[in-house]
Amino acid sequence: MGNALCPPPPEFEVRDGLSIDDLKWFLSTMTRIREFEECVAALVAQNKIITPCHLCTGQEAVAAGVCRALERDDYVFGNHRSHGHYLAKGGDLRAAMAEVFGKATGCSGGRGGSMHLTAPEVGILGTSSIVAGSVAIAVGSALAESIRGGKRVTAVFHGDSVPEEGVWHESANLAALKRLPVIFVCEHNLYCAHMPLDRRRVRDNLSAVAGEHGLAPVTVDGNNVLAVYYAAREAVKKAREGCGPSFIECRTYRWHGHVGPNDDVDMGLRSQPEIDAWRERCPVKCFSGFLGETGLLSREAMAEMRDRARAEVDAAVSFAAGSPYPDTRDLTKYVFKEGDQWL
Amino acid sequence: MAVKSYARAINEAHEQLLSSDQRVFVIGQGVESPWCVGTTTHGLVDKFGPGRVIDTPVSEAAVTGAAIGAAMTGMRPIVFHPRMDFMYLAMDQIINHCAHWFYMFGGKVSVPVTIRGIINRGNEQAAQHSQSPYAMYLHVPGLKVVCPATPYDAKGLLVAAVRDDNPVLYIDDRWLYDLAEEVPGQLYQVPIGKGAVAREGSAVTVVAVSYLVGEALEAAVLLEDEGIDVEVLDPRTLKPLDSDLILNSVQKTGRLVVAVPEWPVCGFSEHVAAVVTTRRLSRLKGPVRFVTLPDSPAPASAPLERAYYPGCAEIVAAVKKACGRGKKQRYAVSYIR
Repeated sequence: MGNALCPPPPEFEVRDGLSIDDLKWFLSTMTRIREFEECVAALVAQNKIITPCHLCTGQEAVAAGVCRALERDDYVFGNHRSHGHYLAKGGDLRAAMAEVFGKATGCSGGRGGSMHLTAPEVGILGTSSIVAGSVAIAVGSALAESIRGGKRVTAVFHGDSVPEEGVWHESANLAALKRLPVIFVCEHNLYCAHMPLDRRRVRDNLSAVAGEHGLAPVTVDGNNVLAVYYAAREAVKKAREGCGPSFIECRTYRWHGHVGPNDDVDMGLRSQPEIDAWRERCPVKCFSGFLGETGLLSREAMAEMRDRARAEVDAAVSFAAGSPYPDTRDLTKYVFKEGDQWL
Repeated sequence: MAVKSYARAINEAHEQLLSSDQRVFVIGQGVESPWCVGTTTHGLVDKFGPGRVIDTPVSEAAVTGAAIGAAMTGMRPIVFHPRMDFMYLAMDQIINHCAHWFYMFGGKVSVPVTIRGIINRGNEQAAQHSQSPYAMYLHVPGLKVVCPATPYDAKGLLVAAVRDDNPVLYIDDRWLYDLAEEVPGQLYQVPIGKGAVAREGSAVTVVAVSYLVGEALEAAVLLEDEGIDVEVLDPRTLKPLDSDLILNSVQKTGRLVVAVPEWPVCGFSEHVAAVVTTRRLSRLKGPVRFVTLPDSPAPASAPLERAYYPGCAEIVAAVKKACGRGKKQRYAVSYIR
């Protein structure tokens, strides 16, 4: 399963009534995530951001492809590397930036930091930095919807190491047993922190294992936003119609190391040729190349999109930098709801 | 009002909560089991169907996580653990997720789940089928912990737990299931965070938890014959603790015994002692006395088991020592056992 092997560049196919608005949305969402992450990476390098940031640069197509298939009130749960999921689902960009700055205006009031973003107004009920932690919880939100007889689906984003945790297997079985409207989105980026896949598993068979548990499995090119979207749309349809849970394995790659702006090459964890090969498969560059070559979107429009994203991110940095820190008198606020005190 | 057992009071609370609130559902390992649960979930599946009273595979972490996730979307789940020993498998969900979630997201997403942990011990069940680890959960910010000792409180605290906007760990005790008293037919709440005076007295304060409340009341009768007037307090909620109730009582009596069927080190008993010694030390006429389990796993063999669990006799001995009628003590605190 050699991790250095990199598949050929994604091939895009526009089908099933995808509109130009959809295509613009994909590119704009991936661009916003890219600009956000690269800006955060630079600020971390300058020690202006302290909270540990697990960056998703290189994986933008997964967040964008899945979230386009979801409605605003569908639920999403994430993990320690969830800036992209938050932005793609519609979370406020300024509030995310303020949160990584540790400010009171952050989406979690400065209590969560980079690993704990939330935006309940668009269905993001939280992200957990415990590996596999939010998977069972996502099954629970799907269970709740099933009990209520509602139509909302839940998507949970998790990494390729998550099936190494027991609770993932319990959760997959429970979801399949009760035919719950939940989609397990596996961002398979070949590494768990410093450990490549072939040092963690005997077989590269996540989809097969998911299938054995009764999830409807599919493996897609996670750098191809359209492929991810088609798979997600199918999974959402199944879930909404009461046909049970799915597992989407998105093969992708993170450009940065496990945490922070470095690439871990200096530590001997990954090779430069491997990273270079995957950078050639950049989900944003490949998709914009496709849109440009086919004439679906002009180079000018794409440049303008990028400039807009940059300006939005810059404004968010100003907002975050200018925001107050949380009041230390509120240190224990939110331990209990309604400010209950004890002792 | 009719006389009902502790188990029936819990069962009735479930039934009435399920009837009156569509957000409530029950999930856990063994809710349909003929033996696991005693009678506390009897008849619920028949009445409310398997969609709202959900028996599950042996997957403590996933099932607890599922209840937590459902609570985040506005449901009021009761997730059920037939033994607290098995609940350890769900610790990550309970602590890292359930307890921290509201804080971690700046108060935006609450988790109004009731986690029901049942203590099931005795009958030579040994170390992995006997535990009552209150303190492990008391240590965690964001969890409320209630522990009813009477049928009335068993019903009222379950209702209060389900209606609370925070995660509440509801710990009931199978040794109390046959205990009976008058319990109102309608839904009512026993407020979380309010303890009760189980017996008024003037000479010594005994703070007792779970089945030791009853043992303490028996002890108080025996001690009355010896001229010792015992006040018995039942905190009912272990967190948030009704500290004022205990402090006011110690203000009056000047002596404190804490009787909790748990391991001693860093336990609830020591927490009560800390509350009192940091705030009423000058009122104490002698060392705080503890009645707890020994610092040992539970044994199987019946004679060992009888020696393991404290009861009325141990409380009597502790009260006598607290009142200076036992052997002299060198330490500020002492353990019986």
